[in-house]
Amino acid sequence: MKKSLIRGRRGAAAFALVGAGAIVLTACSGSSSPSSSGSDEGSGGSGEFTYLGQIQNTTIATTLTTLSTGACSAENEAATLSEDSIDSSTWDQQLQLLAGQDALASISMAPGTPALMQDFISSGKVVDLSTELDTLGVSDKVLPAAASTIEALYGADALYALPTEFNIEGFWYNKQLLEDNGIDVPATWDDLVTAAGTLDAAGVQPFVASGGEGWPVTRLVGDYIFRDLGADALQKVADGEASLTDPEYVAAADAIAELGSAGYFGASPGTVDYDTAMNQFLTGGGAFFYMGSWAVSNFNDREQNQIGADNIGFMPFPEVTGGAGSIDEVPANAGVPVMLSSATYGDDTAAWLKCIVENYGDVALADSGQVTGFAVTEVPADQPELTTLVQDTIANAPSSVLWFEAKFSAQGTSVSQTNGGALASGQLSGEEFMSLVQAANEG
Amino acid sequence: MDSVFKDRRAALLMIAPALLVYTLVMIVPIFWSIGYTTLDGNAITGFEFVGLDNYTHFFQDPAAIDALWFTVRYAVLLTVLQVGCGYGLALLYVFYLRHKASWVRTVLFFPVVLPTVAVALMFSKFFQAAPTDGPVNTIITALGGSSVDWLGASSSAFWIIILMDLWRSMGFYAVLLYAGLVDIPAEVLESGRIDGASGLTLVRRIVIPLSLPVLLSSVIFSINGTLKVFDTIVALTNGGPGSATTPLTLYMFRTSFAYGEYGYGSTIAMMLTLLCLLVTVFIFRSMRRDVTKG
Repeated sequence: MKKSLIRGRRGAAAFALVGAGAIVLTACSGSSSPSSSGSDEGSGGSGEFTYLGQIQNTTIATTLTTLSTGACSAENEAATLSEDSIDSSTWDQQLQLLAGQDALASISMAPGTPALMQDFISSGKVVDLSTELDTLGVSDKVLPAAASTIEALYGADALYALPTEFNIEGFWYNKQLLEDNGIDVPATWDDLVTAAGTLDAAGVQPFVASGGEGWPVTRLVGDYIFRDLGADALQKVADGEASLTDPEYVAAADAIAELGSAGYFGASPGTVDYDTAMNQFLTGGGAFFYMGSWAVSNFNDREQNQIGADNIGFMPFPEVTGGAGSIDEVPANAGVPVMLSSATYGDDTAAWLKCIVENYGDVALADSGQVTGFAVTEVPADQPELTTLVQDTIANAPSSVLWFEAKFSAQGTSVSQTNGGALASGQLSGEEFMSLVQAANEG
Repeated sequence: MDSVFKDRRAALLMIAPALLVYTLVMIVPIFWSIGYTTLDGNAITGFEFVGLDNYTHFFQDPAAIDALWFTVRYAVLLTVLQVGCGYGLALLYVFYLRHKASWVRTVLFFPVVLPTVAVALMFSKFFQAAPTDGPVNTIITALGGSSVDWLGASSSAFWIIILMDLWRSMGFYAVLLYAGLVDIPAEVLESGRIDGASGLTLVRRIVIPLSLPVLLSSVIFSINGTLKVFDTIVALTNGGPGSATTPLTLYMFRTSFAYGEYGYGSTIAMMLTLLCLLVTVFIFRSMRRDVTKG
């Protein structure tokens, strides 16, 4: 009895010690309040202008390098550009860790999850570019459409990231395959499904998509929702006025799941990665390829593109008959824009910012064929037709919409995209998919 | 020398550096993590004390329960298979292959030294279904069957993970258990044979009881290793299709670093630690009882 009492007391003491130790250690672990914005640590100039990007995106790094030896060479002398890159699969994790230690690069690609960027904005980790560009007198160098797309994405009243890309999304199609099978460019969802059936019967894979990445499939769900329920349908979900499990939203996921059940995405879309899908389309392995206009650089690359750039057409996501949305509402995004860290922002970085905003658009278009959200002063004489097509589509679009996960939480985005492949292979029904994503969004 | 070790202060001085490093690297993070389980938030948005809410949430979170169920299924099945196959191979080395066993041991141990990612890549190519068929599907189609989406279906993906990890690890357990079997005195086996024991009877009555300590170690190694599986699954399926092959470790990683919920991520880690602890204690107790009875 006595022994058990002593043992009990010792146990309680050990438990108390563990608890107290844990609380003391955690209390020392970091600030419980967000850091204040606009740190002026870098105001004196650090002598270095650091860039951190994703390995998969070489355009930004290449363009910055070109600027550092050309238009921005004076800025580069004051603060030398140094570049680093990491894999996109762990991008958001890395940014979270760096931001938590105020160790973000001077300029870096923004998080893939808008909710994380909102955290950066609310905790003052990134520079308010609207104010800074006004101060530098270069606000007019950012296209209003691109600025408003980024502001809408982050739900902010100001610009917090630069549009190093400005993309439209839609179906790119193989003209030859459609012509060979007597198919006109589909204008409605029903036409598209009928065309897919015709192609499948002819032994042609109707859709090419990377189910491994997931988003090329979930984009279709989002676009169907926009066409069927209107441009504000996903904002209603974000605001809690509607749920993804509502029948009208489930119908969108069901429409895509039916394509998957019919095998229109190929044998095993869940294991197809981005590069494989791109290669498949560019070697004639499928008729329709939903993708953003950033892929135009791949389409214009003769080594990659075996079907020929002239053989590729673009069609907007088709209308859903009787739907509230319009085919003119172009899905648009700013790719992965770049943000500037408040912790290192100073005079040298401001000089770099001004130079980038003034020159990036021209250099990226001339060197990489990249359409950006910056004003362009010189259009290259030998600009490829597909690039011109993208520019014209952007110029003529009366309005734009975002994408399926744009307003989701980090968990919602992750769950949606990891289940995109299962939707494309018909293993998940629309209802199952939407239930998973809604639950993840609710945390 | 004895007098040095008898001097408590001298002994303490000698172990102090190692103890300090161990405390900083192992003990402090554990306490830190326990503290995080009572918080919500991350380093960017700040932390808020939520008491035991994270623990309550764990038991109400379907994704966590699914991950826990996957982890337990995977751990139990793979432990049985890798220790069972390893034991079978060890018996084969000792009783049948004897001195010729060294090259077989080398061949079967080879997968253990291969990098996990390389093995996962190899298996994903073996079972590939798109854009072209891998060797397995090529054989199936050559035999008149149709191509199977092995890694795209949750049930088959689970079995491929099991198969890959079994292939990768059974050589290790075979060597480990072989070391235990060669320690059994030849006289004991000989006297057993003289008494009429042979084949399965010899294994059941003499070999298993005498190799129980090393068998126990193998089971504890295996169950703890498999409960904490991470790299093989990330490399082969990344937890997919969907979340069908997501173990607790991967869910913890995503929760902490992709979703930015450090508190809940630490809670998942704590639950996994408790699970490992419980299973280890259970195995120790049940095996000890058997040995005493035997």
